[in-house]
Amino acid sequence: MPALETEVLVVGGGSTGAGVVRDAAMRGFSAILVERGDLAAGTTGRFHGLLHSGGRYAVTDPVAARECVAENAILRRTAADCIEDTGGLFVTTKWDDPAFGDEFAEGCRETGVPLEEIPVPQALRLESRLDPTISRAFTVPDASLDPWKLVWGCARSAKHYGAKILPYHRVLDLERQSDRIVGALVENELTGEKARIRAQVVVNAAGAWAGQIAELAGCKVTVLPGKGIMIAMNHRLVNTVVNRCKRPADGDIIVPIRTVSVIGTTDTRVSNPDELEVTQGEVDEMLDEGEKLVPGFREARALRVWAGARPLFSAEEVTDTREVSRTHTLLDHAERDGVEGFVTITGGKTTTFRLMAETAVDAVCAHLGVDRPCRTKEEPLPDSEERHFYWLGSRVRAREPMPRSEEIICECELITRNRLKAAIVRRQTTNLDDIRRTLRLGMGPCQGGFCIYRATGILHAFERLDQRAANASLLDFLEERWKGVHPILHGDQLRQARLDDWIFQGLLAVQHLPE
Amino acid sequence: MKCTICETFCPFSRATPLFPGPKYVGPQAERYRVGGASPDISIDYCSGCGICTQVCPQGVKVAEINSRARARLWEEQGIPLRNQLIARPSVLGRLGTPVAPFANWTLRNRLLRRVGERVLGIHRDAPLPRFAGRTFQRWARKHVSPAAERTVVYFHACGTNYYEPAVGRMTVEVLEHNGYHVVVPPQDCCGLPLQSNGNFPAARAYVRRLAARLAPYAREGCAIVSNSTSCGLMLKREAREILDVDDEDVRAMSEATFDLCEFLLLLHERGELRTDFRPLAMTVPYHAPCQQQGHGIGKPALDLLALIPELNAIELDADCCGIAGTYGLKKEKYEISMAVGERLFHQVREADPDVAACDSETCRWQIEHGSRVHAVHPVELLHRAYGLGAA
Repeated sequence: MPALETEVLVVGGGSTGAGVVRDAAMRGFSAILVERGDLAAGTTGRFHGLLHSGGRYAVTDPVAARECVAENAILRRTAADCIEDTGGLFVTTKWDDPAFGDEFAEGCRETGVPLEEIPVPQALRLESRLDPTISRAFTVPDASLDPWKLVWGCARSAKHYGAKILPYHRVLDLERQSDRIVGALVENELTGEKARIRAQVVVNAAGAWAGQIAELAGCKVTVLPGKGIMIAMNHRLVNTVVNRCKRPADGDIIVPIRTVSVIGTTDTRVSNPDELEVTQGEVDEMLDEGEKLVPGFREARALRVWAGARPLFSAEEVTDTREVSRTHTLLDHAERDGVEGFVTITGGKTTTFRLMAETAVDAVCAHLGVDRPCRTKEEPLPDSEERHFYWLGSRVRAREPMPRSEEIICECELITRNRLKAAIVRRQTTNLDDIRRTLRLGMGPCQGGFCIYRATGILHAFERLDQRAANASLLDFLEERWKGVHPILHGDQLRQARLDDWIFQGLLAVQHLPE
Repeated sequence: MKCTICETFCPFSRATPLFPGPKYVGPQAERYRVGGASPDISIDYCSGCGICTQVCPQGVKVAEINSRARARLWEEQGIPLRNQLIARPSVLGRLGTPVAPFANWTLRNRLLRRVGERVLGIHRDAPLPRFAGRTFQRWARKHVSPAAERTVVYFHACGTNYYEPAVGRMTVEVLEHNGYHVVVPPQDCCGLPLQSNGNFPAARAYVRRLAARLAPYAREGCAIVSNSTSCGLMLKREAREILDVDDEDVRAMSEATFDLCEFLLLLHERGELRTDFRPLAMTVPYHAPCQQQGHGIGKPALDLLALIPELNAIELDADCCGIAGTYGLKKEKYEISMAVGERLFHQVREADPDVAACDSETCRWQIEHGSRVHAVHPVELLHRAYGLGAA
């Protein structure tokens, strides 16, 4: 069995884990990250993509709000390429308590959220689809954040500083010698190969799965997975993040991210973060709430629904996960459980991932008896050095000087053949869903109807992927997409799904592909 | 819904890498356009032929959407002088007519055309029509249309007025032959070239003025007949569907407007068209212009030509001649336009006819230019078969 040695082993490849491994590597530690699936395939890749201004928590969760204020400003400097500076609005609709506006403004002042009240006509000029009966509007520096770019940026930077990133490596066990965790036994999910990783400190950054990892160390950590569903709409129904000005509740925010707008979310306590069922009732609730912000929302084309599991840590038992603070928690298991060499960082949000990483690596420093300052506040991620925010038009602009010079494989997301090939090489993967997360392949209005068979052909020819593996990759992708499509099928998207079905079942007979 | 059918039918994206296709520049790229300056300008290479709208199985008005987007783009960027100039046929007509011999010499002079290409951006080889010198309006003012029970209003458009008054005369005579009193009201440009060159405000002003002239006749129950397929389409629906001009005059005008061949075929269906045609022993390849297909009336010219004994009309299946009004005149688009039309030119040449037939004036000029075969409006053949005298 191969054996690896490192100072810091990070478990979990979401934004927190990626942030921790980068921070550790930047502070000169040898570091390895293991993730059971693909990077950012869990909660991080399943949120609505909001870079919080802090406004959402200004009244109900001032600690989280203050953290968001600080981290928002830092990420704008260090992760500009992952951010589209959409700005945010809080609007009081006729369903909201008009008095809350003052409380909200006061909360923002106290927590330092930059806020400006603007006249309603100005808000309606900014976002012409908003319900014209809104009575108040406030601007805040909300933005949208591309979680995959963020995590991959951290991973690339970490690798640059010498860290190892191992996606598709599941932790089977944590190895304990008397009162100390000394490493982990991991299994490569693709090859079945097992390996032993010896580490001086193990950081549990498994988010909603942190309880399961802690259990391997014999520690009890209660993480309440809070299920939140989100629906992506075909178009940008708004170009600014739009929030209802009220206490956080279900379906009260629409985030424009890349070519779509995402409405979210719900918050339901679930027992298993791997089993997140979406119910018809939840879908209906989202669409009804969307209608209150943007009349006609229900008639717009819904592309896809998905659910993510928030990692909410609570020291005591609670029933309503909305009440649990969105701030993060560091558990030093030496103090807490008498287990050395093991820390858990959990709770929090993607917006505060950097702070969580800093906190966790500070704890690592303490364990290793060294004092090395954190530099992630200043050093930008790769591609963000110029501090240019992401611009939605960039993919179209990039095609302009050389129209049709190469084929477009995914028409909705404007992915060319060369770009697809480069991603396949860079990611060293034959999994179409991994490529989707890298390039947004198949995430547009046809949900892979036209690009996925093309991409499969390219994988087959270019990667010399054998027929069986290529077929399996295609089928896996289709099944994964279908999960998110079928609960919201209606109207135009139902027609699209029929066409996709004719293409894959009718023309290509995918169910009868040779195995 | 995305099916990509329009992309597979677009004759322009097939001919040039500069136009990525109607879905690409339309609903697809629209998802990337937010605030500020547009990230892309390739929509300018759409000719507005409208085939995408024709073929869309979902009824999406792709060409109309793209036409509006193009206008927005030009609003952002400013319309070049050339596009302002060639989009005003009635102004050019009024300038060129009194000095027709000189103007025609200028337009045929190789050296001056080179200068024109350099200075104005109008391709030196682009097919520009000849000024007739005497306008159709001038003929119509003197012409006394015999009294008849039924009256029809003739909208002849600029092409007939300044370049092909003979086609106008034949149209009037064919209508009179079928028992109509023909009224030719004074009329100016419908605004279509301005619309396709992205100047919506000016186009709206033109079409409103025209509607004010024609609507009173429509309200009296007169049909308005036009031999210009593209300008007729402007009256019928583009004013409302692209320019968003939806006042009472425009609506009245729209509802009363018929394409000439459509009108004659409707007469025939009611048994009211005279069929005293003499045989014309000839083979005529016929091209249905894209804009005429936009009327959604089939190909009435073919049915009419079939009434002429011994005339063998061949329906050509090439989809577009490439000119698209003023598109093919432009320096940067001439080659594309000729490449689009090549299949049609080839089919016309293959038929080796005396004349080819096509309803639209700019398409006829392009067919003549590309295939060196004389092209006529179908009404000219009807006129000849009725024995109404030489054109």
